[in-house]
Amino acid sequence: MAKVNESLFSVEGLDKRLAIKKFWKVMMTEYWIPKDINFLWAMGVVLAVTFKILIISGIFLMMYYKPDVNLAFDSVNYTIMQEVGYGWLFRHMHGVAASVIFLVIYIHMFTGIYYGSYKKGREMIWISGMLLFMTFSAAGFSGYMLPWGQMSYWAAAVITNLFAGGSLEAWGLVEWIRGGFAVNDATLTRFYMLHVFLLPISILAIIVLHFYALRIPHVNNQNSEEIDYDVEAQKYLDGNKKESKVIPFWPVFLSKDFAVLAVFLIFYFYLVFFNYNFAMDPVNFDPANSMVTPAHIYPEWYFLWSYETLRGPFFDVLGMKAMDIGLIIFGFAQVAFLIVPFLDKDPDILPAHKRKKFQIWFWIMVVDMMVLTIYGKLPPTGANAWVGFGATLTFLSLFISLPFITKSDAKKRGV
Amino acid sequence: MREFKILAILVVFTGILYWGVEPFAHSQMHAHVDKPDYEFKDLKGTGELKGDATNGATLVQANCIACHSIKSASFPPLMDDATSAASYGVVPPDLGSSGLIYDANYLSAFINDPATATNTKHKFVDGVAHPMPAYNWMPPQDIADMVAYLQSIAPKELSNKQVFADACQRCHSIKYGDFYGGSMTAQSDVSKYMGKEAPDLSQYIRSRSKTYLHEFINNPQKHIEATAMPRVGLTKKAEEQVVTYMENVGDSKKQERESLAWPFLGYLLVLAIFAWIWKFKIWRDIH
Repeated sequence: MAKVNESLFSVEGLDKRLAIKKFWKVMMTEYWIPKDINFLWAMGVVLAVTFKILIISGIFLMMYYKPDVNLAFDSVNYTIMQEVGYGWLFRHMHGVAASVIFLVIYIHMFTGIYYGSYKKGREMIWISGMLLFMTFSAAGFSGYMLPWGQMSYWAAAVITNLFAGGSLEAWGLVEWIRGGFAVNDATLTRFYMLHVFLLPISILAIIVLHFYALRIPHVNNQNSEEIDYDVEAQKYLDGNKKESKVIPFWPVFLSKDFAVLAVFLIFYFYLVFFNYNFAMDPVNFDPANSMVTPAHIYPEWYFLWSYETLRGPFFDVLGMKAMDIGLIIFGFAQVAFLIVPFLDKDPDILPAHKRKKFQIWFWIMVVDMMVLTIYGKLPPTGANAWVGFGATLTFLSLFISLPFITKSDAKKRGV
Repeated sequence: MREFKILAILVVFTGILYWGVEPFAHSQMHAHVDKPDYEFKDLKGTGELKGDATNGATLVQANCIACHSIKSASFPPLMDDATSAASYGVVPPDLGSSGLIYDANYLSAFINDPATATNTKHKFVDGVAHPMPAYNWMPPQDIADMVAYLQSIAPKELSNKQVFADACQRCHSIKYGDFYGGSMTAQSDVSKYMGKEAPDLSQYIRSRSKTYLHEFINNPQKHIEATAMPRVGLTKKAEEQVVTYMENVGDSKKQERESLAWPFLGYLLVLAIFAWIWKFKIWRDIH
């Protein structure tokens, strides 16, 4: 069948050439989602839209931004913020979306942990999701450097320094990453490349993988019930919509997503217009100055918990330097969530409220992440240092104890 | 019902997190200081003495115009900015607007002893003298007369930009005020005189809060101990004008931002209402 007589500019013609009807069915009207879900299941679409906002606003910002240490600060704060029509809007949208997307990522991630959506068939969804978390983190960090303010410069200096590996003193590696002995023009330009090219296309590719990984094992549901999709889908198609345990992606699932999305957008644009300092730190409106260290250096709020695991251990233990202990725990923190599917030894997929010990573990973990985040920003002096140290130890023991806790839950249920 | 419970948990946790990393963390990082004192109560000026502007005119001509210009009273500067900056370390201010923008009590205390009034005694040790000599040998009545004269020749009103130029621009640039023309650059490089280059103020409205700017300008030592920045003794009104100018320059789209917010949020509210109606319509067949 090579010859098509229908016009290219008709639905039939397009269908003959691109099989759009089949495609629409597979991707939309017969892509089945469980019915037993709540609004937390809308976070995926909220994330996709926030990412789209980032790409579009980013494209507009790129038209005026100058990746050069002598021009960067003014190109952002003068050209874009004061001169270009609505440049300020695109910058605020970009800056606030970059921060808010992490709030939604954390909600999305903790939802997955709570409902056990990372295991027994869904590992690839989880792993691709955690890869997205890592690439988004890299994009957040590289983007924060671009306005070339004080926090841009000093955060870049502190974070690139970590690659020296503490006592390993791998300074050659640090110089290679920075393109010089100190953070400089070459560093800014290469982070610009990462931020506008390599990271976005990597993120796009991993998003495709993430969506594809969902397709075979299907989305989890509130009770982690095993669903026979063929049977339930047939019920729906036969008109027994109320009985069927599944709904199609379009229009049923998306209608709920759009409703949640609209509420999210009100919250997001309220922040864009009225409360943006949390995402665009005032200190970064001072131009980068290698001769003046800011009184307090801290990363963006979404990095604070892992930053606190780095500085939590503040004293030497048995001849091991505090900085090295911190670096090891920090390194572990970067992969702790990635390996959760392998730490969970419970053979069943169940939501946390049906796994008593795991449920306690979950809420301690959430509270500990909050303590780490808040104390990651506070000056690490006096009692603060000890709270941070305690929260770091708690974080470590939570992940070490996870296999035993999940095993004990399973044992109690008799599996 | 369960969805509301989940939403409540989300809101509470997000709220605590926000409180912890923003208001709480910043309250821990930045010291609280007393409110600005626009009467400069720590300074002893000339008290209740009534100044005589006519006598003041004679005194000012005899004591001030050797270094200071008063263009509005036909006393032009004797040297160009570069030369006088090189001679004194800083361009001496024109005194035409001093009677308007500086507090009278502060002004008399300043004439009496500049380093004390500006809180910069720590900068003038080991033989380094303040470029303006102290007039503490002068009878208080004479100082009061000079202040009365400066007040009598001062304009009734100045633009925000003019107040900024007179009060700040001798040391500070605010290059976004005239990005391509460059007319808002500092008149003198004070790095030798004060020990540190004075920062460009273009983005200070974003990098510091308004409250901080008022507290700092009113008395810099309260926030940064031993800073080189002098207390300049602006009146409350002049200080408001300076901060307003900084806002007009550094956050020039503030009005646009605030007026655009409501159409945006209004549109989204309508969108949300329709989205929920559509959702209920679709899901009616499902449950």
